[in-house]
Amino acid sequence: MVTFKIDGQKVTVRKLSTILDAARKLDIPIPTLCHHPALSPFGGCRLCIVEIKGSPKPVTSCTTFARDGMEVKTSSPQLENMRKMTLELLLSDHPTDCMVCERAGDCKLQELAYFYGIKENRFIGERRTYDKKDGNPFIARDMEKCILCGQCVRICDEIQGVGAIDFAYRGLKTKICPPFDKDLNCEFCGQCVAICPTGALTGKMWKQKGRQNFTKIDTICPYCGCGCNITLHVRRNEVMRVSSKPETLNEGWLCPKGRFGYQFISSPDRLTKPLIRTISKEYSASDTWNIPPYPPLAKGGRRGGSDIFREVSWDEAFDYIAERLRDIREKSGPDAIAGLASARCTNEENYLFQKFMRAVIGTNNIDHCARY
Amino acid sequence: MDKEIVIKVCTGTGGVASGGEKVLSAFQDAIAATGIEATFYEKCTTKKVGCRGFCSKDVLVDILINGEKTTYKHVKVDMVPRIFDEHIVKGNPVAEWTVEDDYYTFHEKQQKVVLSHCGEIDPEDIDAYIAVGGYEAARKAILSMSPEEIVDAVKKSNLRGRGGAGFPTGLKWELGLRIRSDIKFVICNGDEGDPGAFMDRSVMEGDPHSVIEGMIICAKATGSRRGYIYVRAEYPLAVKRLQLAIDMCHKQKFLGKKIFGSDFDFDLSIFQGAGAFVCGEATALMRSIEGKRGMPSPKMWRSAEKGLWDKPTVLNNVETFANIPRIILKGASWYRNLGTERSGGTKVFSITGKVKNTGLVEVPLGVSLRHIIYDIGGGIEGDKTFKAIQTGGPSGGCIPAEHLDIEVDYESLAQVGSIMGSGGMVVLDETSCMVNTAKFFLEFTQEESCGKCTPCRIGTKRMLEILGRITRGKGRDGDIELLEELGRYIRAASLCGLGMTAPNPVLSTLRYFRHEYEAHIKEKRCPAAVCRDLITYTIHEEICKGCGACKKVCPADAIRGTRKTPHKIDQSLCVKCGTCFDACKFKSIMKA
Repeated sequence: MVTFKIDGQKVTVRKLSTILDAARKLDIPIPTLCHHPALSPFGGCRLCIVEIKGSPKPVTSCTTFARDGMEVKTSSPQLENMRKMTLELLLSDHPTDCMVCERAGDCKLQELAYFYGIKENRFIGERRTYDKKDGNPFIARDMEKCILCGQCVRICDEIQGVGAIDFAYRGLKTKICPPFDKDLNCEFCGQCVAICPTGALTGKMWKQKGRQNFTKIDTICPYCGCGCNITLHVRRNEVMRVSSKPETLNEGWLCPKGRFGYQFISSPDRLTKPLIRTISKEYSASDTWNIPPYPPLAKGGRRGGSDIFREVSWDEAFDYIAERLRDIREKSGPDAIAGLASARCTNEENYLFQKFMRAVIGTNNIDHCARY
Repeated sequence: MDKEIVIKVCTGTGGVASGGEKVLSAFQDAIAATGIEATFYEKCTTKKVGCRGFCSKDVLVDILINGEKTTYKHVKVDMVPRIFDEHIVKGNPVAEWTVEDDYYTFHEKQQKVVLSHCGEIDPEDIDAYIAVGGYEAARKAILSMSPEEIVDAVKKSNLRGRGGAGFPTGLKWELGLRIRSDIKFVICNGDEGDPGAFMDRSVMEGDPHSVIEGMIICAKATGSRRGYIYVRAEYPLAVKRLQLAIDMCHKQKFLGKKIFGSDFDFDLSIFQGAGAFVCGEATALMRSIEGKRGMPSPKMWRSAEKGLWDKPTVLNNVETFANIPRIILKGASWYRNLGTERSGGTKVFSITGKVKNTGLVEVPLGVSLRHIIYDIGGGIEGDKTFKAIQTGGPSGGCIPAEHLDIEVDYESLAQVGSIMGSGGMVVLDETSCMVNTAKFFLEFTQEESCGKCTPCRIGTKRMLEILGRITRGKGRDGDIELLEELGRYIRAASLCGLGMTAPNPVLSTLRYFRHEYEAHIKEKRCPAAVCRDLITYTIHEEICKGCGACKKVCPADAIRGTRKTPHKIDQSLCVKCGTCFDACKFKSIMKA
């Protein structure tokens, strides 16, 4: 353990803790843009500088280990001036279109500019301009807004293990991009979108769907057995966006399905009532398997009205299933029946389903995409 | 059979560029064609040697007849037959082609330790190196010295890192020795990137074995089994010669398993950098070897604790390693006594710019800048006035005439606002504009910034933009203060040495040549008449003969006048290209 002082307060932290860790523990605010507790220290933005007694130059608190007896000052006129200068410089190479930016209100850079009161900029000069052409359906990349904090690069490499992007070029033209500056072609988990402190990376699906005034509903991702915690951003009973909180069991990380695969909720294709297949007149009863592929969608996109399926009540559907299962079992034995469940069901549902197949039907023909 | 003739041809990068290889083969052809060895029973050999530092006189050829040396300068292939015929066959040197006194004074005033073999031995022949005592030090260190003894010797020698920062080498090795680890690395930093600096290249090309020997000794001292030499790919000849040297060491069992018959294993390989200046920074260099982008990382650990692949790593510069064998052989106190109290030994500088003798010089630490510029460099070219000397490359600062007598070492250079750096020295005379010079160096660092931290990436760009507008005559009140504020901020807030030192050229010129900045901003005038937007060309009516030469060459048709009457420049049309200035034979065109 290491004991030292921050702004006069004594603090004891584990060995190899950084000054920033200790300050966070004491709830002393130190501004950062490139730091993330789950990622390796970067030391790029230079906002978290602090003064250590006896040290000739300020040091970045995110990359300096706490040592016994250290006396750290997190704020002084000189430090605040330097932080202000850093923000001024960052903003001098950043578009000022906050009013139409997806991240306005949720942007760390905007927030810091607000706190430091940066209205006029002494360093207006050349700015990076990029072509915003991007072919993928998920992630909008506006690299003019990128402040090169490197969090997306690190999360992609260290958490996701993909390494789809990295720094490229040098000097002011430094840019984060996929190899050879091509279009993004990764697994589109969107972790980079979630971690980006500015509007450089945003989700294409929630473009212009609103920035504030959502009802936030915590729920569990319906896709797989991991059961990640997600938060639905809902407005007028429509899910606009999905996020996840860092204090959950999945630490806020999500996969492409959890983050971007929510359109099914209000999809017109979604079944809301049970359907029973009614074989069209051209096909004989013995030709059950020889049905044509899906017919074209009826107007309005619903399949309910087609001549193959008939909308029925749950009662009728259950009666039909029970009758058919009993018939087949009697005629050909229980092993003529197989059950396929889904990883999207809860554990309890899947447990019940296999119980039903094994104990009620009497077969071991039971499986689902993640295996029983 | 009583005559022994040796012909040494410079084949460093400078020599090769001037045609050294062709001159060498011309001599070889001449030996074969005349059959001199058979006819006169003479032993006649040719040798390719490394750079002797005086590159402006390349190709330099030494002809030794029974040890008596004659040196020819600017040798071209068509000069070879006459030299061969008159000097080698008949014994009369061709006096008009031999070097003058300045060549000898240039060398005599130096003290060559690291460069002592450069230009003397064949770098592609290990036997030549062994013949001058090569690998004796490594053998001694491996077979009869303990790691502690080696570290002690290096510590006592007062050798400090020659890469520029000047960290005591012995201390670094001691840290490397003390750390316990299964794997340790030794890295030689040969990523010499400063514009105009070529000390390390000359050593790697002219005496590659001394670097390897130094690394072997370091490996023994720190208990490392694996080493890398990081050379920039822009040095193909250095890469080739180092590789040759490593291969020859393998054959001689100086590298590989059980070297020198001991039970110590050490092996080396070359890693070629891809041309990023910032990869000369230790952490960026190690990331580069790891196959990652060469970007500096915060120094949470010393390299000696966690370096390459998070393993303890001792990283030193080429020149540092080349010094090691000499320290082991000749003793620490000999080396220590060469330099000053704070730093021992000699340092190689590459001296360029407006000085008569440009090239590599090696002097003991502690000599004065005046000694380097005037005694060795021969003074200012064209007998103009000395204005400043930029030391330490783009990360250094400009030192004015008033500080010419300071002793050159790490601390004193830092005191006057510059740095030792890797040892580049650019001499500036009265025709250099200091604002423009600062802009030039900053342009370089800005382009080479890795882009990781804000001060370096955007800060240097903004400084450059301010300097740009000052040199274009668009400077504003308060620009000087803004430059100073930005400069101090970048120096304090940057992540690595590149950013921390990037404002040095600006801050040092602001310190010593503030009046030039003021003239640019307030009077819209460039005192040295360099900044194009701030100069006006006028024709002196009394001198102009009306020959029309200027009118003919003017690309903007800005010059008016009839023949034999004084001409005039229409300032509204003049694009300030300076063509007329060069074209006028009567010097009637004034630049101000």
